[in-house]
Parts: sequence; structure tokens; C-alpha cells
Amino acid sequence: MKNPCMSALILAITLALPACAPSTKAVMETSQSAVALRSFQQRAFDTTDKEKTLRTVISTLQDLSFVVDKADLELGTISATKLSGYQLRMTVTVRPRGETQMLVRANAQYMDKAVEEPKPYQDFFISLEKSMFLTAHQVD
Amino acid sequence: MRSRYLAAIAVGCSLLTLGGCATIPKDALVLTPDSLERRQLQTRRIDGIGESNLLSAAAGVLQDIGFNIDESETRLGVIVASKDRSAVTGSQVMGTVLLALIGAYKDFDKTQKIRVSLVTRPFVGQDGAAVPNTSLIRITIQRIVRNTSGQVTRIESIEEPAIYQEFFDKLSKSVFLEVQQI
Repeated sequence: MKNPCMSALILAITLALPACAPSTKAVMETSQSAVALRSFQQRAFDTTDKEKTLRTVISTLQDLSFVVDKADLELGTISATKLSGYQLRMTVTVRPRGETQMLVRANAQYMDKAVEEPKPYQDFFISLEKSMFLTAHQVD
Repeated sequence: MRSRYLAAIAVGCSLLTLGGCATIPKDALVLTPDSLERRQLQTRRIDGIGESNLLSAAAGVLQDIGFNIDESETRLGVIVASKDRSAVTGSQVMGTVLLALIGAYKDFDKTQKIRVSLVTRPFVGQDGAAVPNTSLIRITIQRIVRNTSGQVTRIESIEEPAIYQEFFDKLSKSVFLEVQQI
């Protein structure tokens, strides 16, 4: 390691890597608390029809140019991927909430990062509301 | 020499930072006027066949054009299929050959993975009730193209109207065969 430039290069890479590419640390990693995440990743709709809600989620995802990866009525989950110069993957789950509502939760990853800011989820639920013909209620 | 190293370090660091911190495009989950146009392009109403028979007929078309089924949930009207095919085009290969003549090398597109999701749902009439034996079917198609070095060169939705038209033409024939039990 006589070359000072080489040392500088290795040092720079070593400094840059931990910030952007943790390895196994990524398995359990999240930038926010579960409560904070859920506050913008989930909404309640005034319906008890799980199948119809799931079908509407699918058609909303298709409206947004997604291709479905997986769908499961029993579990109430849909996963889909959008390719548009980038890769955006979403999983949406639907389950009953109380006697009168369905709870819809979404989580997304953009390229190799979790989407953990509220705005994209607000956009998604606005799109979903239009197809559901129902209001998406904030859940606390 | 030293400044070249420093430049390389600077570029390397900015690439690492960008790669790790890119954020989702603003309009990624927003419905646009284009969304409605695409919906019309990708959707057809099929009369005279129930939803589950329509799914069988559609699965038949996917097989006719060489797709393999990856996933299906008939209770939600979903079939997901894909195929791996060559992405080699004459013009790109010619470009690589011409560059090779002057001693340069350029990768060209080699393989593509094409994915399609096919979704049916009951057609609901003006009165809000499902019309018997009438369904809507919508397909969305996307592909990932890799070059001779295995790098991703294209990652896109396929939106050529002719492709959807051809699929639905084939589907009409398949629905006819399904209804006739041929």
C-alpha cells in the first residue's frame, strides 16, 4: 500500500459503503417505527367484501402499469411489479377490520430501497379510492 | 496521474451515493390521463362465456404464444405468465460487427424476460348488477432485456397497441373454441 492514491481510493470506498449498502444489517432494517410506517401504509374502507376489495386493488395496480406477480384470496395478498425504466415492487394486503371494514395495507420497494415516505402511499390510496368508490379512512 | 485518481474517486463516490439513495419518481403511483387510455387498450369485454371458462380460454392463448404459467388465483381472476426469449436484433448486431472492424467492442441485447398478467372480472351493468356470462379481461405486459454481458439494458412496460390487438384477436378464437367445446 505504497501508493497514497490507492489508499485514498480504498478509504473513500470504505467510507461510502456502510452508508449506502449494509449487508446482513438490511434484513431487519427499517428507517421508521412500525407505528409510523403503518400510519401511512394502511387505510380502512367501509366494506366487508374481501374479494371485491382485492379485485379493485388488482385493477388499480393495472391502471398504474403494474404486472401482477402473485395473488392469494385466502391470505388476502397481491404482489405486483412496475417496470418503467425503474423497478417498483408492491405488496398489498387486505383483511377485515372489525365488523364493518376492510383494512388495506401496502408496502413498496423502489429499486433496492424500501419506500418509507408517506407521499407515494397517499398517491396509491387516492388512486385506489377512485376505483373503490369509497373513502379511504386514516387508521390510528 | 494523481488528479485522475482523485477524479475516479469522486465519480465512484457519487455513483455509490446515488445508487443507494435514489427515490421513487413523483408520479409512479398517480393515475394520469394516459392511465385511462392504456386501460382501454388493454381491456376487452367478452360476451357469452363465464369467468372461469374465459380464464381457461385465455390460459390456452398464453400457451399458444409460448408463455409458461407462473402463478394463478382463479378466484380473483388472475393468471401470471412469462417467457424467456432472444432479444437479438439485426441492426444492433451489425453495429457491433462494424465497431469490431475498427477494434472496438460493444455489447448488444441478447435475452429478454417477458411477463404478462391477465386479469378477468365480472362485467357490471348500468344497474350495478353483474351481467351473466359477460366478463372484462385486461392484460399488462412488461419485459427486462439483458445484453451479452448480462447487464440490464431495458426495463419497461410494453404498450404497442398492435400487440394487444393481436392478443385479443387470438383470444376471440380461443373463446369460440372453448364455447364450442372443441
